Amino acid sequence: MSPYYRPMARTWWLSTRAYSLFMLRDLTCVFIAAYLVFFLLMLRNVAVGREAYEAYLRFLATPGMIAFHVLALAAALFHTITWFNFTPMVMGLRFGEKRVPPRIIVGVTYAAWIAASIAMTVIVLRWWR
Amino acid sequence: MVESNQHDIVIIGGGGAGLRAAIAAAEMDPRLDIAIVSKVYPMRSHTVSAEGGAAAVIKENDSVEDHITDTVSGSDWLADQDAVEAFVREAPHEMVQLEHWGCPWSRQPDGRIAVRPFGGMTIERTWFAADKTGFHMLHTLFQTSLKYPTIKRYDEWFATKLLVENGRCQGLTAIEMRTGHVHLIAARAVILSTGGAGRVFPFTTNGAIKTGDGMAMAYRAGVPLKDMEFVQYHPTGLPGSGILITEGARGEGGILVNKDGYRYLQDYGLGPPDPWPRLRAMEMGPRDKVSQAFVKEVQKGRTIKGPYGDVVHLDIRHLGEKKINTHLPFLRELARRYAGIDPVHEPVPVRPVVHYMMGGVHTDLHGATPLPGLYAAGEVACVSINGANRLGSNSLPELLVFGARAGKGAAAFALAHSKVDRAGLAAQGRDEQERIATDFIRKEGGAERIATVRAEMTQTIEAGAGIYRDEASLRETCDRLARLRERFSHIHLDDRSLSFNTELTSALELDFMLDVAEAIAHSALARTESRGSHQRTDHPTRDDERFLRHTMAYRTGGAPRIDYLDVVITRWPPAARVYGR
Amino acid sequence: MPAPTMTLEIFRYRGDQDPAPSFQTYDVPYRTDWVVLDAINYIKDQIDGTLSYRWSCRMGVCGSCGMMINGIPKLSCATFLRDYYPAPVRVEPLAHFPVERDLVIVLDDFMEKLTSINPWIVREEERPLSEGEYRQSPADLDRYKQFSMCINCMLCYAACPVYGMDNRFLGPAVTALAQRYNLDSRDQGREQRQEVLAGHEGIWECTLVGECTTVCPTHVDPAGAIQQAKVSSALDWFKSVLVPWGKR
Repeated sequence: MSPYYRPMARTWWLSTRAYSLFMLRDLTCVFIAAYLVFFLLMLRNVAVGREAYEAYLRFLATPGMIAFHVLALAAALFHTITWFNFTPMVMGLRFGEKRVPPRIIVGVTYAAWIAASIAMTVIVLRWWR
Repeated sequence: MVESNQHDIVIIGGGGAGLRAAIAAAEMDPRLDIAIVSKVYPMRSHTVSAEGGAAAVIKENDSVEDHITDTVSGSDWLADQDAVEAFVREAPHEMVQLEHWGCPWSRQPDGRIAVRPFGGMTIERTWFAADKTGFHMLHTLFQTSLKYPTIKRYDEWFATKLLVENGRCQGLTAIEMRTGHVHLIAARAVILSTGGAGRVFPFTTNGAIKTGDGMAMAYRAGVPLKDMEFVQYHPTGLPGSGILITEGARGEGGILVNKDGYRYLQDYGLGPPDPWPRLRAMEMGPRDKVSQAFVKEVQKGRTIKGPYGDVVHLDIRHLGEKKINTHLPFLRELARRYAGIDPVHEPVPVRPVVHYMMGGVHTDLHGATPLPGLYAAGEVACVSINGANRLGSNSLPELLVFGARAGKGAAAFALAHSKVDRAGLAAQGRDEQERIATDFIRKEGGAERIATVRAEMTQTIEAGAGIYRDEASLRETCDRLARLRERFSHIHLDDRSLSFNTELTSALELDFMLDVAEAIAHSALARTESRGSHQRTDHPTRDDERFLRHTMAYRTGGAPRIDYLDVVITRWPPAARVYGR
Repeated sequence: MPAPTMTLEIFRYRGDQDPAPSFQTYDVPYRTDWVVLDAINYIKDQIDGTLSYRWSCRMGVCGSCGMMINGIPKLSCATFLRDYYPAPVRVEPLAHFPVERDLVIVLDDFMEKLTSINPWIVREEERPLSEGEYRQSPADLDRYKQFSMCINCMLCYAACPVYGMDNRFLGPAVTALAQRYNLDSRDQGREQRQEVLAGHEGIWECTLVGECTTVCPTHVDPAGAIQQAKVSSALDWFKSVLVPWGKR
C-alpha cells in the first residue's frame, strides 16, 4: 500500500506563533539590507560633495524615511534581542567543571553591547566636536 | 506462495539481549549472516524502560563470592548455582565492554564507574546511568549494532510461529506489518529474545509489547516453560498506570511508610529500621518480601486509600532536591507528570505491580533450549539465575551475559549445521499463512471483542495467581483460563485489512498471552510450597525436599503436563533467607 | 448525571480502501488523569478496532507514540486530556513524514539518517577490557549527557519547517546524536562524521527556528547541538586556513 504524502502548506509560518515570530525575525534582514543601501548612498553623496550630502540629509528627514528608520531600528532591536537570547544555546560555555548559567551569558552580551554603544557614542561625540 | 528469506542466525526480539546476541555472533565470525526480527523498532524495546541499574563486581571492597551468595539467597535457592557463578564472573567483563561501546555510566569524581546500593545486595555494586540505565544500555547496544554490516534488521515484522523440521528449529514465520504479508524466514539457528509477559496481568510496569510472544512460540514448539509461577511484583509502581518508580530511590535512602507514617517493613523480618540506609535491610530487602509486606499491611488496614485502591508512601524528601536532580531526575519527572506529586516536597503513592518473569523458556547456561537450533536469552529465558525471586539490577547484566552466550552458541550451531530444509519449511509457511487468514482475517461470525477477553484474563490471573495464592483460587483461575481460551476462538476483528493491522497483532498477542497465563496458573497450582515470589497461604513454608526443583510446563491439548528438574547446587547449600541484621 | 465525555477527531488513512485520508470523530469517556493515548486505546478496544497507531511504554521513554495533537507534535502518552477539555482534540500523524496508515508514519528516512552519522564510539585503538573502564569525569560526562537523552520520538522533525520543506536535511535528533558522540571523551570519530554533518544537507541547512528544542520531551536541545556544531565546524575551517600544515 503506498504511503500518503502531506505537502507542507505555503502558509505554514502562520500556523503557530513560534513560526510567525521566526519569520518576522528572518524578515528583519530586509530592513537591515535596506538600511545598508541608504547608508551606502549617504557615503556616496558625501564623496560627491557638500550640496549632494545636504540634499540627501533633507531626503532622510522626510516623514517616509523617518518612518522607515524607526521600523529598521525596531527590526534591528528585535533581531539583536532574539539573537542575544540564543547565545547561551549556541555557545555551551563552561567555566572549568561547571556550565556557565544562561543568564550570565545573556547578561554579559547585553552588558558588552551597552558598553560598546556608550563607548562609540562618546568617541563619535568627542571627534565630531 | 509465501515470500521467503534465509539467514544463518535469526534473532527474534531487538532489545538488550537480542542486540547483544547479534553483536556477539557478528564478532565471532564475520561470515555469518545475521538477522534481527522485531515487532517494533529496536529503540522501542522494553529494555528502554529499566531505570535503576546493572550489577557487576568491580570495586575493591566487593567480591564475586558475595554477588553469587546474594543472588542465590535472593532466589530462595532456586537458582542454578553453576549458572549464577558463570553470570557473576562474566558480568563485569560484559559491563566494561558496554562502557567501551559508549554507555554513559554515572561516575565517581575520579572518573571511575560509580555504584549504588540495591535491594538484596550486601555491597553496593549496581552501576547506573542516572536513573535511565535501561534506556542508555539499549541505545548504546542498538547504535553499536549499526556498526556491523552483517546484521540485517527486519523492523516491525511480527513473528507468529517457530518452524521445526526434523527435530530442529529451522526458522519462523512472520507478518511484515507494512504489507500484512506472511513471510518465511529460514535459519540455521534461531535465538528468542522477546522479553517477558507482564501484560498478562492487569497492573504492570511493562509496556504494551510485553505479551510473552517468544515464550508461547517456544511452548508451542514443544519446549518446556520453566518456573512460570515465579512472577515478580516490583514494590513501587504508580497506582493505576503501574508506571515504574525505580528501586534506585530506596538505594539512595528512600523509605516506605504506611498511613501512620510508620516504616512497616520492620514488622516483617527486614528490620531493625536503623541505622539507615543499610544494605539488605528494610527498604533494601528483596523485592518479593517487600511486596508481600504490602499485602499484609492491606489486610491489617494500615495502607492509605487512594483513587486506585490501596497504596503506601515512598518518601525521598530527606534526600534533598540536589541529590534527587542528579541521581533520580527521571523519577521526579514521572511522579510530577503521572502522579501530580513533586517528590522533593511530597511522598509518592506506590504499590506493588507486576514487573518481571523469573520463569521462561528453559535453557542451559549457554542459552541453548532442548530444541536443537533454538536459543533464548534475556527475560524470555529461564536459565535459571533468578530462581524464585530476582534481585534488582541483575536482569540488565543478564541480557549482556546470556545474550552474548546465546549469540556465540547459535553462531557455533549455525557454522556446524549448514543445511536447512526449505521444502519442508515452505509447506509450513503456507499452512501458517492459511491459518492467519482463516482464523483471523477472513473469519466470520465472531462475537467477542479482544479487549473483553484480555481484561478477563488479566483479572483472573491477578485474582488467582497474585502475590498470595491458594489452591481454590488457582483452580478457579485455571478453569477460567480454559474457558477464555475457548472464547478466544470466537473473537471478532473489526480490521480485516492487510497494511499495519494492529488489531490482528493484538489478537495474536492475546493468543500468546493465554498460553503463558495457562503455564503460570498450572505451575503455581502444582507447587505446593511457598518460595520467593510464589506464596501459598495453604502451604506457607518452603519445602526443599520436594521442591528444590524447577517446574517444567509442557504444552498438551489441555492442561499442561508438569514435570520437575533438580536445581543445580554447587557450593551454597540451602539455608534460611535472612535479611535485616 | 451522565458521565463526562470528550471528542477526538482522528486522522484516518487506509490506502487500500481510499486513496484520500479523512477525519473520524469519536466520543470517549473523559477522565482527569487520562492521557490522549488512554483515549485512543479506549477507542481501539471498545469502539473501532481498525484504528492503527504505535505505542508501548506509556511513560515517555520509548518514543513510539508521537502524534500531532491540535497541530503540535507531542507524545500522546504524556499529553493530558484535561489540558484540552471540554474542547475537542484533533489527532494526526507526525508532520513531515509519509503516512503508512492512520497515525502510523514511515520512518525509513530517519533510520537511514541515524545510521549515516556513525553513531558509535570510534577509536583508533581499542582499550583492552582488562584495563577496565575509560576514565570519564562527571564534567566530561556532562559535556555530552544532554545530547544522549534522545528517545528518537521524532517530534523535532515534525516541528522543523526546514525538514518539512526539504526532507534531505539531516535534522535535529540525528545532529544531536552526532554531537553526543563528538563530545564524548572516549570517541575519536569526529572527522568521520564531519562529511555528513557539515555536508550539503547537514547543519548549515538549519535556520535556527528553534522549535525542535521547544517540542523535545526529554530536553535534548537539538537546536543547541546544531548551532554548537556550526561553531566547531567554522572554527575547524579557520584553523585549516590559518594553520594548513597542522594536523588534519
